[in-house]
Amino acid sequence: MVEAINMGLVNWSRALFALTAMYHWIFVPLTLGLSWIIAFYESIYYRTGDESWARLTRFWMKLFGINFAIGVATGIILEFEFGTNWSNYSWMVGDIFGAPLAIEGIAAFFLESTFFAVMFFGWNRVSKKFHLVSSYMVAIGSNLSALWILVANAWMQHPLGMVFNPDTARFEMQDIMAVILSPISVSKFTHTTSSSFVMASLFVISVSSWYLIKQRHQLLAKRSIVVAATFGILASILVGITGDEAAYEDAQHQPMKLAAFEGHFDGADPSGLVAVGIVNTKKRPGDDLHSFHLELKIPRMLSLLAQRSMSYVAGINDLVYGNPDEGIVGAEQKISLGKIAVQSLADYKAAQKSGDKSAAEIALKTFREHESYFGYGLLEKPEDAVPPVGIMFYSFHIMVILAGLFVIVFALFLYFIHKGSVDQVKWLLIIGVPMFFLGILAQEMGWVVAEVGRQPWAIQDMLPVSIARTNLDSGTVATTFFMFVALFTALLIAEVKIMITQIKKGPEEVK
Amino acid sequence: MIGNLDLATLQEIWWILIATLGALFLFLNFVQGGQTLLFDVAKTEDEKTLIVNSLGRKWELTFTTLVVFGGAIFAAFPKLYSTSFGGAYWVWTIILFSFIIQAVSYEYRKKPNNFLGQKTYETFLLINGTVGVLLIGTAVGTFFTGANFNLNEYGFVTWTHPLRGLEAAFNYFNISLGLFLVFNARVLGAQYLLNNLDFNSAPELEDRLRQSTLINFMIELVFLVIVLVSLLFRSGYGVTGNGQVELIAYKFAANLIANPLNLIFLLTGLGLVIWSVYITKIRKSTHGIWYGGSGTILVGLVVFFLVGFNGSCIYPSLTHPQSSLTIYNASSTHYTLTVMTYVALLIPFVLAYVSYVWRAMDLKKLSLDDLKEKAY
Repeated sequence: MVEAINMGLVNWSRALFALTAMYHWIFVPLTLGLSWIIAFYESIYYRTGDESWARLTRFWMKLFGINFAIGVATGIILEFEFGTNWSNYSWMVGDIFGAPLAIEGIAAFFLESTFFAVMFFGWNRVSKKFHLVSSYMVAIGSNLSALWILVANAWMQHPLGMVFNPDTARFEMQDIMAVILSPISVSKFTHTTSSSFVMASLFVISVSSWYLIKQRHQLLAKRSIVVAATFGILASILVGITGDEAAYEDAQHQPMKLAAFEGHFDGADPSGLVAVGIVNTKKRPGDDLHSFHLELKIPRMLSLLAQRSMSYVAGINDLVYGNPDEGIVGAEQKISLGKIAVQSLADYKAAQKSGDKSAAEIALKTFREHESYFGYGLLEKPEDAVPPVGIMFYSFHIMVILAGLFVIVFALFLYFIHKGSVDQVKWLLIIGVPMFFLGILAQEMGWVVAEVGRQPWAIQDMLPVSIARTNLDSGTVATTFFMFVALFTALLIAEVKIMITQIKKGPEEVK
Repeated sequence: MIGNLDLATLQEIWWILIATLGALFLFLNFVQGGQTLLFDVAKTEDEKTLIVNSLGRKWELTFTTLVVFGGAIFAAFPKLYSTSFGGAYWVWTIILFSFIIQAVSYEYRKKPNNFLGQKTYETFLLINGTVGVLLIGTAVGTFFTGANFNLNEYGFVTWTHPLRGLEAAFNYFNISLGLFLVFNARVLGAQYLLNNLDFNSAPELEDRLRQSTLINFMIELVFLVIVLVSLLFRSGYGVTGNGQVELIAYKFAANLIANPLNLIFLLTGLGLVIWSVYITKIRKSTHGIWYGGSGTILVGLVVFFLVGFNGSCIYPSLTHPQSSLTIYNASSTHYTLTVMTYVALLIPFVLAYVSYVWRAMDLKKLSLDDLKEKAY
């Protein structure tokens, strides 16, 4: 199974997927959140019959459509790339991973795409009620599709509900409910959707702030802000709760990820939390260097957040080299146990081929005893089990700090809206305009934490990315990467230009 | 009840479902065919606008069907997914590109300040309708003609041709199948537009679309004959009595006869397509799309059935025939297929609401007046 590992190929394959996923994620959160906001606006129109709410609905819908198209276009790439660039992965886990993807298509995408056409072109073709229902269907459909893809992603973070079949060398699903209801998939779905609602609210705040600064479309802007800031602050509370849950789940199931994004090298009982700091990028597991050049540490906080008690939080060194006192088995030991698993699987295959039943039985028994370390047997050295700490620490902390900032901004907007003076508070409006871009940044950082934090694994502890990739030459993948960079850049420029032009035109022009 | 089905039955059910999705996709390719008509049938800006807006209300259905088709293969036949996508790398990557550029083109084409210009987005639609459909045809063609791959003992694919799948586009059978699909899509595109548009504001467009249906059908016929004749006489990979994969003479002709449904579907399908062209051109009917579409679906089903059943290979390996895939060695496990079969019970509901919305939205034909309201 382990041939010579071509890290050039692995890294290009990762880069290609990261590029596509991050680009896709510029557009998707806006779709997930804005679809609800638009449905709310339309509900108000449906209830009041007030044409100005219809105009407001159509205005945001137009921006939604521009964004939606590119989200759809980039979504299909991710599905294809599992096959084109991660074919060993697709074969080994297609049984489990393919299912939510197919369900996503059948149960969510058709809902989204069918009712999207009604939402956009049905104003004069179907009844008002049917139209409103369609707008909600688009919101439900897009959020359902997020559910299924996040179930799939959660399974990569915390694989369960399956068994390894040595005859086919594949993971096979045994319990779909375990896959769907995994604690990680619940926290992932709630955290991702609530943060997408925040992002959409920020988008509305940004555009509306700009209108108020320019003293244009003031009624539309103020009305938009009321809904967006309320929605945003409620969603932010959810983001906080689900984020805390996600970190707790990381501590339980992906302690290495937690240790990396906290820059936590040496475990302690209890452990403190570095609130802000400058990471020492020269620091490696096992050496004597300090992990931070500069740090502001809150004592005991990490234990409280990660374990919800004053107990030991494993550090990177514990997880790499083991800590018998705390009952932690390190990657070093797991690798040697994993090598036994890999070898016994090969022995089992050879014995099967030669028809030696008793040898096959013995090899299988050895394999089953060491099975849970199988993935580690495919790593070269224990330090490979550590994701890049600098990237992880900064990404996580930027995300958290921004999330805090968004709460304050929503609260301020709500306060001044209620005071009736929001259009007078210039400084707040100036802060409001760039909020959307900070929202994108926070979203991307969140995914960096989730996905880079899983490295070197495609499936946590089970399958490293070095095995999961397709057997291509790295030049082919690099070529594809640059083709996508060129295409994505062109489409992004087009999207931004179109979007800005439509925002400048404003709602009056929209019939 | 589904829980009691044995593995082979589930594998066959899922191949029929994959075939259905594939066949529906070929019907929905009327969107792709319609996109190419922009360049030869539409003469004025208004006509282009009509065509783009009519197709623009449907393109996502085709797109979604493709995504679901891929997802269903991933879940039900993961070895086909990993071998074909990971192996025939460039074919799939180019197909992918042609769909990315399609997805943005409807929305961006006429928007002010759209960076690349209207012409570029229209060219994107043309590329999607020609190169995209052609390569999908060649990819499906390799189910019959085979591909250059080996699978190791862990089921991992190694491709043995430097073109990584593009070599399929140099096989006359694959190309003929691809071109057949391109021109069939153009026939369907014209028939769909005839059904969907109000021609009061563009009377000449109607005549040109009817003419185009006939001409494209005549071209389609040439490639169809090549494909059919070749199919009847060519050898195909199949599993023999001793479990080995071998090249078997007249394999597809044998498959066609082995199950009379194949022959009935094929002849009925072709008959319906011919009938659709006849009523469109001679009787000036607007219902051609329903006959042409049903005919395409029937023919599409036969394409998938011929490689899936009667001991055939869905993806034969030319370099190492024992690596060839069948629906029985490429599928998911009994458990996953069972779960997925429960999920498939949703499909009738999906079809129901898609048809309901289609009807509700198309009750009134699309005219230029409508487009003053809201247009791409």
